Amino acid sequence: MKRTIWSLGIATVAILILMAAGSRISASAVAQDSKPAETAVKIDNFIFSPNPLTVSAGTTIRWTNRDDIPHNVVSDDKSFKSKVLDTDETFAYTFTKPGTYTYFCSIHPKMTGKVVVQ
Amino acid sequence: MAEKPKDEILHDHNHDGIDRRGFLKCMAWAGTGAFCVMQGGVLKSYSLSALSGLTGKQMKGDLSFVQISDSHMGFNKPANTDVAGTLKAAIDKINALPTQPSFILHTGDITHLSKPEEFDTVDQLLKGASAKDIFYVPGEHDVLNDDGKQYLERYGKNARGSGWYSFDQKGVHFIGLVNVMNLKAGGLGSLGKEQLEWMEGDVKHLSKSTPIVVFAHMPLWSIYPEWGWGTEDSEQALGYLKKFGSVTVLNGHIHQTMQKVEGNVTFHTAASTAFPQPKPGSAPSPGPMKVPAEQLKSVLGIRDVNYVQGKHALGVIDSSLE
Repeated sequence: MKRTIWSLGIATVAILILMAAGSRISASAVAQDSKPAETAVKIDNFIFSPNPLTVSAGTTIRWTNRDDIPHNVVSDDKSFKSKVLDTDETFAYTFTKPGTYTYFCSIHPKMTGKVVVQ
Repeated sequence: MAEKPKDEILHDHNHDGIDRRGFLKCMAWAGTGAFCVMQGGVLKSYSLSALSGLTGKQMKGDLSFVQISDSHMGFNKPANTDVAGTLKAAIDKINALPTQPSFILHTGDITHLSKPEEFDTVDQLLKGASAKDIFYVPGEHDVLNDDGKQYLERYGKNARGSGWYSFDQKGVHFIGLVNVMNLKAGGLGSLGKEQLEWMEGDVKHLSKSTPIVVFAHMPLWSIYPEWGWGTEDSEQALGYLKKFGSVTVLNGHIHQTMQKVEGNVTFHTAASTAFPQPKPGSAPSPGPMKVPAEQLKSVLGIRDVNYVQGKHALGVIDSSLE
């Protein structure tokens, strides 16, 4: 209950800001408020970890390549595809819809992973 | 299994009435490459590090060529911070050969990240090679981000599809294959239907006594599928070559020398000019293997001799670069 009131309060503030200061500032205020969770997946020794990974809708997953060899992250259905990631480079993708997403490294296709979005 | 004390490793155990021209044996992938000589229709090969001990007569054949592989230009991690330097060392070895090879085969992973400047550096360095004809096939590191468009623009002008082609040299039929494109999740290297159909037609008209050399980046036999070291439809490709008395398959990708004989086919993987990779299953992953700097050249070449009873005999020697 408290939480609802708090959310309403935030929304009210956002609307007030929108009215008072224009849409640009309001957009940033809203973005800050609803900042999605970010979850890390590491690539170490040609393995995606954690795998499989279950997250809630709206979660952003950020993959980081920690190998000395480049990898990429490609969904089996090609709905997302990273550029090649050299050592320590990252790729982020936000999962908005529930479902099961399988992906792999198209350079080393034995590397596979799964994200379950609830 | 017999280890030979010297680096000249041809065994002729084929006094069996079979057409000698049908036998093509390429041996001794070593260090950064190997030197092959066609003599009387038989392909001999020598590790590059052993060449200084060979006479001009031994080196002279109907056809000679060199294979190099996996130069990974742009790689700068601890396993080798100077891949340009080691490629140059390989080229110096080639240029020091008493008989110059007719051409060079590069079996892929020319670059590390498919960057234009990486290709440029390799091209520039290879201009220093005395052999001016260089035949390439792409590795997976050469076709990153653009499905191989840049690779084809640079090296594939006379190639088909994603870069496959064939050519003849002194009666030997060479087939360059591409097995690094359109890889499927969980899968291995792949040739694909279009390339297989082309290959079937390409060899159909050849007489069965024609020596065949097939070269591709990823191994065309199943070395270690857990690390993706194989090609899912290689059996089909090799099926087209069954009628030939002599088939030699040259690959890179695994950064170490390995050989196998199967009937009429001898398989060889080449060492890298850049860095070694672990033996299959001996490490958590096939990533670059770091050795002390002073040992780098020593791990690029290992000695291994395989001897197979029967009409085809194969001796292999792999020496270090030191």
